Amino acid sequence: MKRQVTSLAVRRLLIALITLVIVSFAVFFATALLPGDTATILLGQSATPEAIEGLRKAMHLNDPAIVRFLRWMAGLIQGDFGTSYANNVSVANLIRGRLANTMKLAGLTASIAVPLALTLGITAAMWRGTLYDRIVTVATIGIISVPEFMIATLAVLLFAVYLRWLPALSFTNEVKSFYDLMRTYAMPVVTLTIGVSAQMIRMTRAAVVETLNTPYVEMALLKGASRPRLVLRHALPNALGPIVNSVALSLSYLLGGVIIVETIFNYPGVAKLMVDAVSTRDLPLIQTCAMIFCLGYLTLITAADIIAVLSNPRLR
Amino acid sequence: MSDTTNWSCSDNATIESAIRRGASRRDLLKLMLANGMALAAANAVFGRASQAVAATPVKGGALKAAAWSSSTADTLDPAKASLSTDYVRCCSFYNRLTFLDQAGVPQMELAESIESGDAKTWTIKLKKGVTFHNGKDLSADDVIFSLKRHLDKATGSKVAAIASQMADFKAIDKNTVEVTLASPNADLPTILSMHHFMIVADGTTDFSTGNGTGAFKCKQFSPGERSIGVRNPNYFKSGPNVDSFEFFAIPDENARINALLSGDIHLAAAINPRSVRLLEGQNGFALSTTTSGTYTDLNMRMDMVPGNNRDFVEGMKYVVNREQIVKSALRGFGVIGNDQPVSPANFFYNKTLKPKSFDLDKAKFHFQKAGVLGQTIEVITSEAAGSAIDMAMIVQASAAQIGMKLDVKRVPSDGYWSNYWLKAPVHFGNLNPRPTPDILFSLLYKSDAPWNESRFNSEKFDKMLLEARGSLDQAKRREIYNEMQVLVSEEAGTIIPAYISNVDAITAKLKGLEPNPLGGMMGYAFAEYVWLTA
Repeated sequence: MKRQVTSLAVRRLLIALITLVIVSFAVFFATALLPGDTATILLGQSATPEAIEGLRKAMHLNDPAIVRFLRWMAGLIQGDFGTSYANNVSVANLIRGRLANTMKLAGLTASIAVPLALTLGITAAMWRGTLYDRIVTVATIGIISVPEFMIATLAVLLFAVYLRWLPALSFTNEVKSFYDLMRTYAMPVVTLTIGVSAQMIRMTRAAVVETLNTPYVEMALLKGASRPRLVLRHALPNALGPIVNSVALSLSYLLGGVIIVETIFNYPGVAKLMVDAVSTRDLPLIQTCAMIFCLGYLTLITAADIIAVLSNPRLR
Repeated sequence: MSDTTNWSCSDNATIESAIRRGASRRDLLKLMLANGMALAAANAVFGRASQAVAATPVKGGALKAAAWSSSTADTLDPAKASLSTDYVRCCSFYNRLTFLDQAGVPQMELAESIESGDAKTWTIKLKKGVTFHNGKDLSADDVIFSLKRHLDKATGSKVAAIASQMADFKAIDKNTVEVTLASPNADLPTILSMHHFMIVADGTTDFSTGNGTGAFKCKQFSPGERSIGVRNPNYFKSGPNVDSFEFFAIPDENARINALLSGDIHLAAAINPRSVRLLEGQNGFALSTTTSGTYTDLNMRMDMVPGNNRDFVEGMKYVVNREQIVKSALRGFGVIGNDQPVSPANFFYNKTLKPKSFDLDKAKFHFQKAGVLGQTIEVITSEAAGSAIDMAMIVQASAAQIGMKLDVKRVPSDGYWSNYWLKAPVHFGNLNPRPTPDILFSLLYKSDAPWNESRFNSEKFDKMLLEARGSLDQAKRREIYNEMQVLVSEEAGTIIPAYISNVDAITAKLKGLEPNPLGGMMGYAFAEYVWLTA
């Protein structure tokens, strides 16, 4: 079994590397297809042909695309992410703080959302058909249908504007105590938790219900296993594969897809950074952000697969 | 006050600014009664407004303000500054040689005096005892470096075209600079008040620390995130009043207003007139309205069909219902325009030039003469130019009443400026304020102007432009500029229906914010002047 996991991990690692190279190619050339370049965008309305030419020369934008790509790639291999076109700051510096912020937000959200979703999903499956199950199901469907910006805006209106309990914006630089942390992160974390849990609850419930319907669970029931034991000991290990997968997908969303929450709470994370980078056609920054998202996604999915293998009695 | 008429915050702001301009009590009462306000209520407004003006500054407090846009392209390099957010930061960390006061007249900031005998060779004397944040003394070399940078293409300066007239720089002594222009220009003191001409230390290549002479020292600057400045104890002026100044952007307008309402920020910049109602019912908040030279215009290219027919252009000028545009498209936050770019906030504004009336009979007469009635004419509009879509709808509806079909084509903002603006036969444009008539006319109306929106071409006009530029006689310049305003208003194919106000929302705790012709937020320099009350 150990060998199986190792070979899976190695195979995944190789595929991940190839995927990263393909993604970086795709992102680079997709960006090159966008109209305008950093020089024209930075100069805006005041872009005269001479001014553009001068700035392009100064920024080495006149080199062929492939040369710029290879230069960036060579730097990356040596651990240098390059320098942002838009403001001449090293990409590593730009990303460091932002990535830490994103990880903090994602970590906090995950630590609440995952246990919550699993508990609700599993219990709903255990007591399938009861009033409790109906309430959970209807609530999750209701929440999936409400867009995130709506939840976030309503939360701000209620807790910040009318009740004045919480700040409307998340000033991460002002966090000095645990109380500050709670106040600052309460609304973004709750908004995201609501958004990502709904998916996980539904997936968990569906997976557990499906395994509960299999003959071997029926066998266990006939043997006289108690209901909790039936679900936790017999059904859950087999349902874990799809559950872990949906958890991984939700978490990868938290890494790069929370632009709306970042915008509304003015939270400085990487999603906003990537959007900025695209609007200024800032290639080194776009590339690095894309690599981070891709790497995060691959890591999570690989981890999910390994957990699925480990948990599956038939594969053990 | 909600029980009197349709009085709104914008009217309060009008009254306050009228007091600042020196209006008497009698003038104000007349103004308010004309707006249908009861005498008792009018007295209350007057009392509150004059109180606001007379208050004395308080020291201390941490000022927080949010603008509408921010990205990794945020910069502390004044030459590259492109958005209001960059201007605000530059104003708090650096100083200019001059700045414009409320009346649009240049006042000295880092300069002690700026003088010239022929408008060509200018002697700039610097104030003594001014230091940069790193302790270095301000000297002539810093000024020369700061101005000369704009001429280097690699700098990517936004004002390279304007700076190109500065031909030669000479340091006479440590505190005196001599700038020679390629040709005479009497506006140099005003030009130097533009935000791009902030003075940086000689030899600066890394601008991320904001090492200037300004009221705040840069403590943190993260592009796309925030900047924090702390009071500069060695500041050469009396300010700033607040201890620190934090500035960032909340692009989502609702979120920006909510942050203000919840007390997280003191100022929310650039509020859309649509959202003003959200704030009006609330106690403890106010609006600060600035009408400078921002406008959205309708251009008819006079070198293309149908704009090459004078009567079509003339007809369009009568078919535009300016009053309705200000009332509905701008929700009252604007001033009716008279088809020329020099705004009422400008020193050289021609007060006697009246806007064209809304007259459908005259419009029909001209359209008939041009033979365009019954034809369908395409008008290009876009979100890219503020309120242009609403304006297009209003013009279309008026034209339809006399059987003139305008086909309003709405195109995406992305790429509008390079694909449609200046190119389509009938299209909307948009302009940010510029400080002098000379810059406006050279940029937009001179025969070979880069942004000649309607392809206006007049030798007489070009000659007058040069004459006014080189003259140091203020009265004569006013006369020439007045005539030029009449000329473009009558003859160019550009309709400027209104000057659009910029509206900033503030908490009542924030005091000392005044309108300024250079733009909203007190010409973007509010941080050093305002104060916070408890």
